[in-house]
Amino acid sequence: MDRPKLSFFRISRSKFSGDLIFEAVVGFFALCILILAFLLFRELFVESGLSRNTFGLGFLTGSTWDPVKEVFGALPFIFGTLVSSFLALLIAVPFSLGIAIYLSELAPDRLRTPLSFIIELLAAIPSVIIGLWGIFILAPFIHDYLVPPLSTYLGFLPLFQGPMYGPSMLTGGVILAFMIIPITSSVSREVIMTVPTHQREGALALGATGWETTWIAVLPYARSGIFGAVILGFGRAIGETMAVTMVIGNSQKISESLFSPSNTMASVIANQFSEATSSLHVSSLIEIGFLLLVISIIINIAARILVWKLLRVEGGGRA
Amino acid sequence: MKWNKRKMIDRIMSFLTAACVVIAIIPLLSILYTVIINGLPAIDLDFITQLPKPVGEPGGGLGNAIQGTFIVVGIASLIGLPIGILSGVYLSEYGENRFGRFVSFMADVLTGTPSVVAGMFGYTFIVLYFKSFSAIAGGVALSVLMIPIVTRTTEESLKLVPGSIKEASLALGIPKWKTTLYIVISTGRSGIITGALLAIARISGETAPLLFTSFGNMFWANGLDQPISTMPVQIYTYAITPFPDWHAKAWGGALVLIILILVLNIGVRFVTRRKYGM
Repeated sequence: MDRPKLSFFRISRSKFSGDLIFEAVVGFFALCILILAFLLFRELFVESGLSRNTFGLGFLTGSTWDPVKEVFGALPFIFGTLVSSFLALLIAVPFSLGIAIYLSELAPDRLRTPLSFIIELLAAIPSVIIGLWGIFILAPFIHDYLVPPLSTYLGFLPLFQGPMYGPSMLTGGVILAFMIIPITSSVSREVIMTVPTHQREGALALGATGWETTWIAVLPYARSGIFGAVILGFGRAIGETMAVTMVIGNSQKISESLFSPSNTMASVIANQFSEATSSLHVSSLIEIGFLLLVISIIINIAARILVWKLLRVEGGGRA
Repeated sequence: MKWNKRKMIDRIMSFLTAACVVIAIIPLLSILYTVIINGLPAIDLDFITQLPKPVGEPGGGLGNAIQGTFIVVGIASLIGLPIGILSGVYLSEYGENRFGRFVSFMADVLTGTPSVVAGMFGYTFIVLYFKSFSAIAGGVALSVLMIPIVTRTTEESLKLVPGSIKEASLALGIPKWKTTLYIVISTGRSGIITGALLAIARISGETAPLLFTSFGNMFWANGLDQPISTMPVQIYTYAITPFPDWHAKAWGGALVLIILILVLNIGVRFVTRRKYGM
């Protein structure tokens, strides 16, 4: 009578240890993610120490960036990143919303999947190729067709004054807009699709048209998630490097005009990092990288919380 | 047919939102068109097999950059795929606890790491340590971008495996780890492979992480601890010079790269759609 019992325990014990080993192994790899995040922070924090000690908080407000005199202030790049990203959002958000609404609410069913696939394909094109296109196609196009009307009709604004040679804040903003449309529109679309069907049916039953249904019953419901999608696009725009570096013109000056060349935090790193020789210069660039990492992580956390709140509630309901 | 104001608005908004889609597709078409038009004349057998020539000399190619891209992406995959896939397995099968949710959240957040920051990490972590630009540093920098993507796609595709299959296996007395290995992973295999291939496609085109890790090289690869040429970096270097014949090379490189990436992307979608269709 003892034997079956014993063997029963033996089997269960060996099962238990196999499970333990397997869970420990895959758990270790999961831990690697946290280690990676920690190392990313630590490396950039430690290596930017020299710059932080030399300039302190003045690094954020200093507007001089002079590798010869070894004076480094990041304000021109923070300014460039913010202005180019806002410009990109200004252009991309209405388009992304339109795309998301069309593809989730108004388009014929059989067009939805192929069209959204094509839009997302834009996100698969390498940034350096978009930059190449930006240099040779987009910048001349903006110079020839967009700048003349802007300076004629809106030239009284400081934003649209001065000469334009091709590489400029405007070109950078426009190219960023193209690059964030795929993510902003696809996340908005996902969020809109989580809106329960009875919301729409209620509005339709009251005699609302397709657009009225979207406007009255769907969009208010998806508002916080769409806001998350916009923030996610903002995070993309801030971190985007190559295409912007190739078209924005690399100038260390802060200028009011969108026509003048500028520089972003990411593009100054791409431009100067491999040529920087003095350790203070390298350290200052790493501090910019550290700031970029912190900002984009904060933005991502905020966006995920906004989007997740919506997707998770609905996901729970569906399951 | 009555044309009241509300119907008009409905029509106008349908038209405007459809116009948004069309306008957003224009840049994509323009990019593909210009890359093909400018790239095709530059491509021949030499372009794929020869070393670059100095400016002004005809001929030459990007052979070493193509080789280098495969090497660096290979290193990144060797590091990134095991970590990404196995951590995804953990999150999906064992991750229903505070640690698992936190890791999943961090992986999600890390997908937003700016690519230039990943390059900087490769520089401080590997280049400074070995005191030389190297293929390995490039691979490490790319793997930073790759790991969170693979983790999340693996987790998502394994969570789609029906619980009934797992329960059937567990009910037969098969231990959980064997169930995970032989039942869950093999059921979710196509999702994992899709995610891995899309991640490879994504990092193959990355430039910023390689600028100051693998750097560049005008010759064939000679060792993983040496600087190495890659296609994206080579395209960038050629694009920002003032020489028209190097611009032609940049367009040629762009065409090769875009073909590689689009084949991976479209191929993957096609395979998965056919699978779900059946």
